[in-house]
Amino acid sequence: MIEHIVAALHRPNFIAFVVLFLWGFFIMITHPNLVKKLIGMYLVQTSIIFLLVTVGAKKEATVPILQGNDTIQSATHQIDPADYTNPLPHVLTLTAIVVQVATLGVSLALVIAIYRKYGSLDEEEILKRIE
Amino acid sequence: MTYVFQILLLVLLIMTAAGAIMVKDLISSVLILGFYSFLLALVWAWLGAVDVAFVEAVVGSGLATVFFLLTLFGTAPKDTHIRRVAAPPIALLGLPLLGLLLLYSAEDLPRLGDPESPASVHVSPGYLTGSLKETNTPNVVTSVLMDYRAFDTLIETAVIFTAGIACALLLRRKRQ
Repeated sequence: MIEHIVAALHRPNFIAFVVLFLWGFFIMITHPNLVKKLIGMYLVQTSIIFLLVTVGAKKEATVPILQGNDTIQSATHQIDPADYTNPLPHVLTLTAIVVQVATLGVSLALVIAIYRKYGSLDEEEILKRIE
Repeated sequence: MTYVFQILLLVLLIMTAAGAIMVKDLISSVLILGFYSFLLALVWAWLGAVDVAFVEAVVGSGLATVFFLLTLFGTAPKDTHIRRVAAPPIALLGLPLLGLLLLYSAEDLPRLGDPESPASVHVSPGYLTGSLKETNTPNVVTSVLMDYRAFDTLIETAVIFTAGIACALLLRRKRQ
């Protein structure tokens, strides 16, 4: 039991990820207001990106932009990968952030369309007016 | 010393997320969400992901907040009183259980900042050491995004275009 708690405390970002993901998901499925649901969706999306970027982090490493002697191409000099953080999660999350905002825009447009037709953002109110 | 700041940043992050969820007024909720995005950009700068931090500060903190605010001004934020409803018991029971299971699995993950983690020893050293020779760009993220995965980026613009068309179709008003 104790070792599990210590193992989790050594990964503080993972704890933050779990809290953000589950809380956002909880709001997404239980809150009656449509805009609040989308706020929950935003939290879920950002928490997953947060987990991906955390995987790429390295201790004592700098940003993945080659610096100093590493920018000079030479036959003998070898770049040490441990000096730079892992660039691949960053690239994938760049794409994911843009797609996340695109889905957010479409869902907000859907919310506006629903409001124009039924005059409410509340789930039960809308269900009542559909009947 | 920096560990204290990191924990403080994570606590602030969760607190702003809680604020965005719990505040009753929708406009304040959206503004707190913008601040949450900004803190997230700080976290990513701390983790060494400067490109992601820039994009989050511009797109997440700026554009997403503007989208939310436009939606709220297009609808009526004051008119919709937010009810508090009792959550279904299966959600109250199931999600904490899922959280405990996730935390239980934490010890199988690599530690924070482990340079020997599986993600960092597989193909990424190849990109770090080889990209300067192959693409002549010191920024590895740029060279992967614009050179090795250029098609991915191209199709991504198609996704944004589709989203723009969908928004325009949903928001057009019928001519009387």
